[in-house]
Amino acid sequence: MLLEVKNIKFSHDGKTPLIKCISFCIEAGERVALVGPSGCGKSTLAQIIAGYIKPHGGKILFDGAPLPDRGYCPIQLIYQHPEKAINPRWRLGKTLREAWDPDESLLKDLGIEKAWLDRYPSELSGGELQRFCIARALAPQTRLIIADEISTMLDVITQAQVWEVLLKVTQERGIGIIAITHSEDLAKRVCTRVINFEDLNNR
Amino acid sequence: MKALEVKNLSISFNRYQKGLKKKDLKVISNLNISLYEGQILAIAGSSGSGKSLLAHAILGILPKNAKVEGTMLWYGEPLTLSLQKKLRGKELALVPQSITYLDPIKRVGKQISEDQSKVTAVLKRYDLSEKIKRLYPFELSGGMARRVLLATAVAGNAKVIIADEPTPGLSKELAETAMSHFRELADQGAAVLLITHDLDLALRYADRIAVFYAGTTVEIAKASDFEREELLRHPYSRALWNAMPQNNFKSTPGVQPYAGSIESGCVFAPRCNLKTLECTQTTPPMRILRDGEVCCYHAT
Repeated sequence: MLLEVKNIKFSHDGKTPLIKCISFCIEAGERVALVGPSGCGKSTLAQIIAGYIKPHGGKILFDGAPLPDRGYCPIQLIYQHPEKAINPRWRLGKTLREAWDPDESLLKDLGIEKAWLDRYPSELSGGELQRFCIARALAPQTRLIIADEISTMLDVITQAQVWEVLLKVTQERGIGIIAITHSEDLAKRVCTRVINFEDLNNR
Repeated sequence: MKALEVKNLSISFNRYQKGLKKKDLKVISNLNISLYEGQILAIAGSSGSGKSLLAHAILGILPKNAKVEGTMLWYGEPLTLSLQKKLRGKELALVPQSITYLDPIKRVGKQISEDQSKVTAVLKRYDLSEKIKRLYPFELSGGMARRVLLATAVAGNAKVIIADEPTPGLSKELAETAMSHFRELADQGAAVLLITHDLDLALRYADRIAVFYAGTTVEIAKASDFEREELLRHPYSRALWNAMPQNNFKSTPGVQPYAGSIESGCVFAPRCNLKTLECTQTTPPMRILRDGEVCCYHAT
């Protein structure tokens, strides 16, 4: 079992629970779509799984053990807003090599142009920045990717391009995916299983 | 009836290049669209293809260093700067992309319209309570602020409504509601220009789709033409169709050329399978084909 989400509970204000009690498992190499209405807590759950916030109850087990406190996290979260996940004062080349040194062919597949590496984030569009976030998350130690609405800001051709690359790389390396999306058609295309957040949360 | 017509529109920005040397950077070239009463025309295309600039050009709110060429006609009459100023906010309305366009220090009721009897009517229509008239924009939720923007456009009895990306950040249900409001306005006789990159949503509510690529219209098709690939005319429209998740989810190699880097010939030629020598030398003119318009030598 790659990932076990066990009885996770969370509340923003300490009174009304956002996540009542959620449990599910993901096998290695599995691609799961997490669907649900906006504001139901999908992105919060994503942040809990990736270790950014601590749940108020329950635990996340990765390969049967808790996530490491330091070093590279094998679960990588790609955010909905790339402009918020990139240091605005670094040139993009530095951001790209933050975790590893991606090879030329990956950059080419993602459509990242050489000239962009010398620019600052404010000089590129959201769609262009998102390609950097994806490349950055694909270091060799990555075992599970959480894709939180990663393609809503992209036009359909770029969306298809980005997912082609993600699917190719994750299949080659046996990386699992949790995809959060509002598009049923996209979920059908990229995922092997669909989890409905509301169904799990109300149980 | 034709409400607004844009012919051979080009927009360029005069920018400093090196020191005091200036250069014109062309961002929109040879653009043609027409808006009809009772119809929604959606503009679809990749980000950075100049969709918002078109909206700003129609309203006459481009920055000072922009140069506009070509003709715009308002019910057959040239749409001059003074006419734009007269119509703006009344018969010609913008529903902006961001809710930050509301005046932060003016009560909502006053912003919707000066005429308070009208305000009451439009608030009711959008299911907003009478109380919000006295609120300031920061006191509204995101969805309420969006409805206030819509109400503002409706209160002025707009004949032409330009909606610039009105739905991102809204959940599927809210986006559908916003779109049904535009449909309703069109059904009551307004001409709506809908700028969006949510092709899926546009197809369900618009009458016609103008496909944008690198600052120009490459095709104008009926929304129903997107049901099947063969019904589309331009290779780029077909590429869009093929990339949709419900179709083939297949991307097209290459990237959209940057504004200003296009020298001559068809803008899509570098990524096109049908490319011939002719395509790289001269820009294909817009022509009528199967009840639509296309900008391609090889479309059939």
